[in-house]
Amino acid sequence: MNENIPLLSIRNLSTHFFVEEGVVKAVEDVSFDVAEGKTLAVVGESGCGKSVTALSVMGLVPESAGRVVDGQILFRGDDLLKKTESQMRRIRGNEIAMIFQEPMTSLNPVFTIGNQIVEAVKLHQGIKGEHAWSHAVEMLRKVGIADPARRVREYPHQMSGGMRQRVMIAMALCCWPSLLIADEPTTALDVTIQAQILELLRELQKQQNMSVMMITHDLGVAAENADDVAVVYASNIVETASVAAIFEEPLHPYTQGLLRSMPRLGQKMERLESIGGSVPNPLHFPQGCKFHPRCPIGVSDQRCRTQQPQLREVAPGRCAACFHAKGYGD
Amino acid sequence: MPAYIIRRLLYMIPIVFGVLLLTFLLFNVVGADQAVYRLAGNNPTPEILDDIRHELGYDKPLIFSIDSQFVTHVKKAVTFNFGKALDKEPIIDKLKNGVPYSLALTVPMFFGIVVTSVSLAILAAFYRGTWFDRIILLICVAGMSFPYLSYIIFGQYFIAYKYDLFQIYFSPQRSIWSNAALPILIGIVVGIGGNVRFYRTVMLDEINSGYIRTAFAKGLSTRVVLFKHLLKNAMIPIITNTVLTLPYLCLGSLLLESFFGIPGIGGITLDAIESRDFSVISTMTFIFSILFVIFNLISDVCYAFADPRISFD
Ligand SMILES: Nc1ncnc2c1ncn2[C@@H]1O[C@H](COP(=O)(O)OP(=O)(O)O)[C@@H](O)[C@H]1O
Ligand SMILES: [Mg+2]
Repeated sequence: MNENIPLLSIRNLSTHFFVEEGVVKAVEDVSFDVAEGKTLAVVGESGCGKSVTALSVMGLVPESAGRVVDGQILFRGDDLLKKTESQMRRIRGNEIAMIFQEPMTSLNPVFTIGNQIVEAVKLHQGIKGEHAWSHAVEMLRKVGIADPARRVREYPHQMSGGMRQRVMIAMALCCWPSLLIADEPTTALDVTIQAQILELLRELQKQQNMSVMMITHDLGVAAENADDVAVVYASNIVETASVAAIFEEPLHPYTQGLLRSMPRLGQKMERLESIGGSVPNPLHFPQGCKFHPRCPIGVSDQRCRTQQPQLREVAPGRCAACFHAKGYGD
Repeated sequence: MPAYIIRRLLYMIPIVFGVLLLTFLLFNVVGADQAVYRLAGNNPTPEILDDIRHELGYDKPLIFSIDSQFVTHVKKAVTFNFGKALDKEPIIDKLKNGVPYSLALTVPMFFGIVVTSVSLAILAAFYRGTWFDRIILLICVAGMSFPYLSYIIFGQYFIAYKYDLFQIYFSPQRSIWSNAALPILIGIVVGIGGNVRFYRTVMLDEINSGYIRTAFAKGLSTRVVLFKHLLKNAMIPIITNTVLTLPYLCLGSLLLESFFGIPGIGGITLDAIESRDFSVISTMTFIFSILFVIFNLISDVCYAFADPRISFD
């Protein structure tokens, strides 16, 4: 593979839902890259369009409700949006796999976990019968499930949330995908389990040499797991940078707000600030910069209230969408 | 699992006993005089009435005796020796002749209704909100709004008489299938309307679940996602509804048999009701009750197969 082209490159992606009240612009003009073998964290509050972005990449936006209206999703340089459904089926679960936020509901309750893993193995790898089952057992062992030969015949309800998320990971990785999309994989789990799962993901990423698109609302998760960060706010990317740069010097006021609301080790616990207000409803986005009503600068700035700043390179390898970001210019 | 089934079979004993007690009360206690007068003809003398009572065993003690009416009633049921009908034919022979016709009618109807309505419901739920979904719903509501008889008349007049596609009426020379085809078709058309609507809501509850999304994310085809992952999760309400609608199926086949002249047990039952043949009616009541108990047992076993979260204990 060419070292220079990213594994996944999203260009000007817009995904809209068409509801009775109007058009929900869940993803608007979003661009970012996931580099080969690296982890990109997509960070933002709930309702900002992170999951819809992921579903757009998978080609799984519910047809009855909405669709990708614009943009490109380049996977190894190929536009996924131009692929037919049957071509996409060969990519899904095979080259690009996804795990979800809710381990309790993401597995089918009426099939054994082995059956569910084997289903994917048979589909994509052409491995049959006992071999597929022993591969499933091997995958369960890999994700740290004790006594996998017995567990493989159990049903999801016989397992805890953390175990189920391990099973989901085993299922996602059983075909050696080159990209894993993890949509808030630990949000529903308690803190100790969360750390174990993230650790496991890092380990397996190294073993299988895959890229990860890690969706999270928690900058802490991004800090520990990601190489790069894309911050989303109200359907737009507002800042992209390496993890180090984001934490050293966040440029967008939204990123700064997220950082201030994050507990940090080694710092005396002061009261955490949270960003006032809430994410705007995508049916009625505010005029100008969508963040301005919550922004300490933008709320009183004429330009922020009327014009929308575009995402722009502000320093080598960093982009931001704020008139007041250092290096943004005019 | 076998232990569970055996236990369930044992539970059937008191239920069957209850059914026997009820039919006994209905036919030997409440209805006894009716039966006697029915047989006695016009202006019976008390002697004739007594003779008939004696013949039918109504002069025996009701329950508390070794040859009481109830004991005889139970004995008859357990040995499948149901006695004779008014036309002197043993009831068991009537059953033997009728059952194949009834099965030829109800079994295809049953599977036809289940398979068609579940498939249509799954597709309607998957294509919810589209024209396909709306047309299916429209047809279902329209279908439910017409009475059964209008279908029978429509089918007999247009499909069979005008266009000559099927038999209008039973003829013993034809094969059982050629006789049953049109009634089966009508039964299925009438049966699916309500089922599709109910199953569609069931499917809609499931179709937005996480496991459906996971199945698609694995790269499975829509067919596998819907007819494997979705369907197996919807099995519990499907089984329940199927059992609940069985009596309507029987009722429907009763109508169909009588309108198409099919000599099945539905026809026998209707004839018996018309001629007030109490021993036949009593036998039919007993058999239908037992069938219902058996279907309930089967559905409980199916539940356990359909959903691993249901335990056998
Ligand atoms: N099927 C849908 N129909 C209508 N609106 C939707 C649908 N799915 C998501 N949305 C809307 O898209 C926006 C982004 O949602 P999402 O991507 O799930 O946010 P998050 O960043 O929390 O993952 C939300 O406002 C949500 O209401
Ligand atoms: Mg989400």
